[in-house]
Amino acid sequence: MAEASQLIQHIESFVNLSSSPTHQSQLQAASLDVIASLLKKNVLTIETLVREMGMYLTTTDDVIRARGILLLGELLTHLASKPLDDATIHSMLAFFTDRLADWKALRGALVGCLALLRRKSSGGVITTNDAKAVAQSYIQNLQVQSLAQHDRKLCFELLECLLQRYPDAVVSLGEDLLYAICEAIDGEKDPHCLMLTFHIVEVAAELFSDDLLANFASDLFEILGCYFPIHFTHSKAEDFDVKRDDLSRALMFPNLSLSHIMQAAFSSTSLFEPFAIPLLLEKLSSSLQSAKVDSLKYLSHCTVKYGADRIEKHAKAMWSSIKDAVYSSHEPTLSFASESLDGVGFRENVILTESLNLLDTVFKQNSGLFLSWIIGDEDINLIFKSISSYKTYKEISLQSKQKLHAVGSILSVSAKASPAACNSVMESFFPCLMHALGLSVGNSTQDCFPNDGNVLRGKLNHGALYLCIELMTACRELMASSEEFKSVAAPANERWYCLLQSYSASLAKALRSTLETSANEDSYETNVYFGVKGLLILGTFRGGSLIISNSIFENILLTFTSIIISEFENTLLWKLALKALVHIGSFIDRFNESEKALSYMDVVIEKIVSLASSHDFSMPFPLKLEAISEIGATGRNYLLKIVQGLEEAVCANLYEVLVHGNPKSAEVVVQLLECYSNKVLPRIHEIGGFEEVLLRFAVNIWNLIEKSVTFSSQGLLDATMKAMKLAVGSCSVESQNIVFQKAFTVLSLGTYFPLEDAASNIPILLNEFQLTQETSISSSREAWICSLFASVIIAARPQTHIPNVRLVIRLFMTTLLKGNVPAAQALGSMVNKLGLKSNGTEVHGNCTLEEAMDIIFDSKLWSFNDSVTLRSNGGLENGSSIGLTDICRGATNIRSLQVHAIAGLAWIGKGLLMRGHEKVKDITMTFIECLLSNSKLGSFSLEQDYSENSSESVVKYAADAFKILMGDSEDCLSRKLHATIRPLYKQRFYSTIMPILQSLIIKSNSSFSRSILCRACAHIISDTPLIVVLNDAKTVIPILMDGLSILSNDVSDKDIVYSLLLVLSGILTDKNGKTIGQEAVIECAHIIIDHSIILISYPHMMLVRETAIQCLVAMSGLPHARIYPMRRQVLQAVSRALDDPKRAVRQEAVRCRQAWSQSLSMKGESGDCFNHVSQ
Amino acid sequence: MVSGLINANPVVYEKKERRARSASSCVNDEYAAEQIDQQEVFDHVRDIKDPEHPYSLEELKVITEDAIEVDDERSYVRVTFTPTVEHCSMATVIGLCLRVKLMRSLPPRFKVDIMVAPGTHATEAAGKHTLPLHYVLVCIFYSESFLKGLLLLSVY
Repeated sequence: MAEASQLIQHIESFVNLSSSPTHQSQLQAASLDVIASLLKKNVLTIETLVREMGMYLTTTDDVIRARGILLLGELLTHLASKPLDDATIHSMLAFFTDRLADWKALRGALVGCLALLRRKSSGGVITTNDAKAVAQSYIQNLQVQSLAQHDRKLCFELLECLLQRYPDAVVSLGEDLLYAICEAIDGEKDPHCLMLTFHIVEVAAELFSDDLLANFASDLFEILGCYFPIHFTHSKAEDFDVKRDDLSRALMFPNLSLSHIMQAAFSSTSLFEPFAIPLLLEKLSSSLQSAKVDSLKYLSHCTVKYGADRIEKHAKAMWSSIKDAVYSSHEPTLSFASESLDGVGFRENVILTESLNLLDTVFKQNSGLFLSWIIGDEDINLIFKSISSYKTYKEISLQSKQKLHAVGSILSVSAKASPAACNSVMESFFPCLMHALGLSVGNSTQDCFPNDGNVLRGKLNHGALYLCIELMTACRELMASSEEFKSVAAPANERWYCLLQSYSASLAKALRSTLETSANEDSYETNVYFGVKGLLILGTFRGGSLIISNSIFENILLTFTSIIISEFENTLLWKLALKALVHIGSFIDRFNESEKALSYMDVVIEKIVSLASSHDFSMPFPLKLEAISEIGATGRNYLLKIVQGLEEAVCANLYEVLVHGNPKSAEVVVQLLECYSNKVLPRIHEIGGFEEVLLRFAVNIWNLIEKSVTFSSQGLLDATMKAMKLAVGSCSVESQNIVFQKAFTVLSLGTYFPLEDAASNIPILLNEFQLTQETSISSSREAWICSLFASVIIAARPQTHIPNVRLVIRLFMTTLLKGNVPAAQALGSMVNKLGLKSNGTEVHGNCTLEEAMDIIFDSKLWSFNDSVTLRSNGGLENGSSIGLTDICRGATNIRSLQVHAIAGLAWIGKGLLMRGHEKVKDITMTFIECLLSNSKLGSFSLEQDYSENSSESVVKYAADAFKILMGDSEDCLSRKLHATIRPLYKQRFYSTIMPILQSLIIKSNSSFSRSILCRACAHIISDTPLIVVLNDAKTVIPILMDGLSILSNDVSDKDIVYSLLLVLSGILTDKNGKTIGQEAVIECAHIIIDHSIILISYPHMMLVRETAIQCLVAMSGLPHARIYPMRRQVLQAVSRALDDPKRAVRQEAVRCRQAWSQSLSMKGESGDCFNHVSQ
Repeated sequence: MVSGLINANPVVYEKKERRARSASSCVNDEYAAEQIDQQEVFDHVRDIKDPEHPYSLEELKVITEDAIEVDDERSYVRVTFTPTVEHCSMATVIGLCLRVKLMRSLPPRFKVDIMVAPGTHATEAAGKHTLPLHYVLVCIFYSESFLKGLLLLSVY
């Protein structure tokens, strides 16, 4: 009983419409859920429910009845998967079917019918008769177009459901239903409903027999046709989620756009053909571009669906429409840039591609007919007649050019369609083109030219040449695509093939002759482009040497290669030839043309490789390298050859430099190494399996180092290190072990190496003289070997065995004090990759991470002689030994030593930070101690130490150490170099260190220490992912602002200023964290605007100024009341920026001005104008 | 104010592609100045909407890049525009739009002259058709909301 009263309550709350709308809808949804769950759990049967609801369903009050029926309908929707017995379903459906007549309470009936009809067959079945009854009631009672949008949509869904799921029931209704469909969809305007109506037409057309449909085809199409082409005029409205080509998520067809559904409806039955094709052809002449494109797309689609017989009637009209479209959509000029060498040579044009698509479709369907039209076409023949009157491409009038290109593409499409079509097209056009070019059949290369070559030189007819190239391209593509030609012998019987073969020799020679034009000639560009393109196409025919004999192919390659070697001053020709060679190379590689591969290797690769080591300096070296790397990238075998060649050249030149001290070779070798590491190595990586080559490269360089006597500049060292890192980095563990063996031998041979010292744990004696030698550091043998060894370690995999780890660590510890950054990086990399003891995997030699840490942090590695005074406040006595952290804390009075120690410690810290080691905390605390102690010092003993060079003070370096800790570096500890990277390590570090720094900033009392702390913060903030900073926006923004104003005083800090500003603009423009970020921004609006205004006139970096203005633009979106007081100030600053020397800044300033003055009232507006003018 | 459109069916031309500037040496040099040139001024005014139609002045060929003269050193800009029809009474409004937009987009040091191309407008013969500065101010200050709304709509 209690349940019954509760039920009534729920029903009442659903039906009742008296309370406030928002509250009400929540209540209703809740009560609906409650009743549905009761039904699902079988606590309540449908029968009882209906009995309880009796009054609500039958009352004469329209509103209550409507709500009651809707409740029942919604409940049935909820119960879609619950099995119900047939009798219930039958009676319910009968009820809803009956209620369709009740237009005042229609929605509930529609929802109920839909819910029942859509039920899965498992729980209760709906009989054909039931469905038929629904359809009949639908036909009799529903006036769809007089309903509201949502009800219409339900009606269409119901109709669609009937058609799709109960075809038997529906088909028997025949004409009546078709009539009802026509009536229902006529005049529909809502896009959501339209999607349904189009689909209904499509389904209906498939369902009903053609005889029945024939009577309605014209009516149906009339209704459909008036929507074509689909064109939304008010697509800006926000709530309009069915965009023209957009997918509509909410609808039943998640992957189809309206246009696609309509296309399917158009082509659903061939009965639409008499109406659709004329309509589409008519719309083709529309001036609206999208209409044209749509017509073309629909036409190709319908052509396939309607079938050849029906289309034949329209073929003539289609042909002329296509011809018009192709003629009018062609660009009148060809581009002769090297990018277009293998493409069409035109800019992408949708109409053109679609019309050629359509041509292709209709041509394949009805080749004979179209072929006869193309061959007999007056326009085409006219073009053929007229081309001979123009000698050069430039002479041809724009109009004729357009026609020429159109003819070219039409012929090319038709020749591509099938071998038979290709035969006809080639037979009717090719000989006359050859005639126009003045070429005759030649069987061998010797006697192919009847005339003297000089007479012909440069006089090839460009129009004919263009068409000839188009035809050849078509033949080439036909050959590449068609299955028949997979077997090599097949095309021998084809006529087009014979034609091409007989002319190939003379064509190749003629094309070669066009390349011999000089750059100042009138039609140089055209000659060169056509020449190269023609030869390229001749060179890329498939099928071995069938069409193009081997000697011709080799001749083509020879031509291009000699251009590469000797014609480098002729930029366009050189670039085109290189591109052509690359195309040919990758063509050979892709289709496994073994015969051609041999020729390519002999002719091209050999010559190109020899470029690298040749001593002929007439050709600019960068060009040589470009040619080498581009051509080498085309195939595996070529790459191998090229890598070997490069390696030989590198070694030879390095030998010159290191043994003979030849400075000229140094420049060469730097370029070679750069090419090796930037272009060749990535390609090697892509192809894979070049292990031995890389290993040999690394070992060879070490061999050279062993022999070396003189050492050269820093640039050479850097290039060598980079190549070494990348080469070793892509080696496997075994190969790396070999490299380490070799490198360690070289290292231990060096006289400087403190083997005994290091082995015996005695502190190494340092003297001041040694430490201040850093100026000449890069040229000493010691530094070279040490840096190269460091780069090998940086690239090592974690599993690689490093010999004598302890010794190496000690060596690097000492070298890093001399300012050798690679040594510090190597240490960082070692602590990053060394194995832990607890893991039990002692792969990394016999030294674990713990031991390494012990050496680095706890042992006192160094002692000093008397000339170095140790600071008394370091807690150390004179002459005792000290460790790395002591030096960082300022245990000595040698400033450079401390700076180097800090940098070294930062790299070690980075290694630890990335693997998530706890020790990094101690390191950071050391840095913070440095920051504070020195700044304390700085405040009272400024005159002693820091007065001369306070700008370079140690504190600043300590702050910059945070940049090393957080920043991503290419040189070390990257993924490529096998670093161990713990996920989210930056976030972790940020969240531990920032609170500490923030509290220190608050506590700090001198401006100097504050500025230093801000600097450290700036480094951390700028390298942390934005999303983390955003959560903290409130506390970060003030620090960020302080950082900006402190850092903007010094030119050398411009990069960090820029990255900070990027963080700021990220916070301002972020869309997701709106609530968190926005609040903080509003709070700090004043300081943000003040600082941005100052940065607008930042003189040292254009990007800073631009970003500052962008920040102001973003600020203009804040609540009006908050920013209004700053308005005048901003506008003044921005109007000064209008006169910025850089254009990008000026453009941003205009945008910003617009954004700020738009948020003003009229009064402010006119006042502003006045100000402006009076200035 | 106006009962019918003055030019109900204007010829609409294709918009030109926004030309990418060729990379000059200035791009790499942080301190080198890039002068204000024809193209930059044209970029400021090309998207102004015609007072009558939803087309930009560029699409109607009311202004072209060649019709803009710029002398950055002497701080002088002259824009010559071509009304779509000879008797166009909107010429004044177009001139105003151009002027306001340029005043807001160019540094204050510039003097801006707006001209009607010779032989393209009926009132041109009656007198000089440049819009003097005070005229603009008078319009902006005192004209009623219609003109002002029109201006704002067109410029932005």
